[in-house]
Amino acid sequence: MGFLVRRDLRLAMRRRSEVLLPLVFFTVATSLFPLGVGPEPQTLRTIAPGVVWVCALLASLLSLGGLYGSDFADGSLEQMALSRHPLASLALSKAFVHWLLNGLPLVLVAPLIGLLFDIDRDALQMLTLTLLLGTPVLSLLGGLGAALTLGLRSAEMLLVLLILPLLIPVLIFGAGAVVAVASGLSASGHLSLLGALLLLSLLGAPFATAAALKIALD
Amino acid sequence: MTRPPGTPTSSVTATTTDAAVLHLTLRDLACSRGERLLFKHLNLQLWRGEAVWLRGPNGQGKTSLLRLVAGLSRPVAGQVDVHAARVYIGHQPAIKDDLSVLEALGFLARLHDLPAHDTALVQALDAWGLKAKRHALVRTLSQGQRRRVALARLALSPAAALWVLDEPFDALDAAGVDALLALVQTHRQSGGSLLFTSHQAVDLPACRTLDLPSGASTPSEAAT
Repeated sequence: MGFLVRRDLRLAMRRRSEVLLPLVFFTVATSLFPLGVGPEPQTLRTIAPGVVWVCALLASLLSLGGLYGSDFADGSLEQMALSRHPLASLALSKAFVHWLLNGLPLVLVAPLIGLLFDIDRDALQMLTLTLLLGTPVLSLLGGLGAALTLGLRSAEMLLVLLILPLLIPVLIFGAGAVVAVASGLSASGHLSLLGALLLLSLLGAPFATAAALKIALD
Repeated sequence: MTRPPGTPTSSVTATTTDAAVLHLTLRDLACSRGERLLFKHLNLQLWRGEAVWLRGPNGQGKTSLLRLVAGLSRPVAGQVDVHAARVYIGHQPAIKDDLSVLEALGFLARLHDLPAHDTALVQALDAWGLKAKRHALVRTLSQGQRRRVALARLALSPAAALWVLDEPFDALDAAGVDALLALVQTHRQSGGSLLFTSHQAVDLPACRTLDLPSGASTPSEAAT
């Protein structure tokens, strides 16, 4: 499905302002917290993991509506469903592109945001690592939500209600790992659970997404 | 309703009677949209070289029937058997606004494992008078030109396939309609078949019609 990934990246490059929106949202939202909460370093260090993770989660929800929406509207999705490529591999490539454009930039920018909150080096590394493990889960489960709400009215609202509960474990273990490291504890438990979530969604989400797309097209 | 393979009723089928091959069978087909039954007890046999024009009032299930044949949805009753490669072009042209004409057609060709190198694509576009426009973005095209890009895929599709076309003549100008009719005739002569809808009259030789009547009664078929 390399050609699908290439097409989606090419389409994204022709709409750069839309692609940058999640990253801009993430940067702006996280940078506002030190201004709003006050410059007390200890407070900032305490809230940093939660703030960064919540903003990452919300940022990745921003662009989910268009993941299948435009292909559904212009008939591309039915052509994809009729091709010999299985819908599950289509779902996987879509989630991969979504992660490349929305997850990866957050992972790259997170260390800078961490510095803004004055968190130490170990916690900074852990924050980046948890985002690296967690953001693909957001893209995979987000893709499932986007497929389930395809063609419905007020799809974006439903999408948030539908997948937010699924994403909460990622938030808890992602932020929890950073908190653990910051307070000198081992984060291996949190990391194992994050890894398990990633594997589980990697194996399950594409097939569930494919089933949801079939229903939407019927 | 069904025609035995050896009955030559038209010049086109007559040329293929010695090797009559069934492309499509619809058996006692019923389709509903939500709670409403669109049609039931629909039967059709489509042989190679044949063209069937599906007619009926708006909302009577023409597109739903084509989607059933394309394999996008499942019937509530009955059976759809397709015995040939099928090419479905829906009412939506399935091309992206932000791609160039060449990229959009190339993507569709790659998706369906058709020849996707530039020479084949440019040749297909040239047949529709779009060679000069090949680097233009799809968003700059008119509705008719978009339809032409979507139809250009037909020239790349395998021979002897069943074409399932939803309103292919929509938005085409007179020259476009003529080009499509010529393409369809070549396709039929090389062993292909066609099932299509059109709300405008189509001057296609030896074309059968299938009428979906209003109300959920039995559809009728007539030869024109």
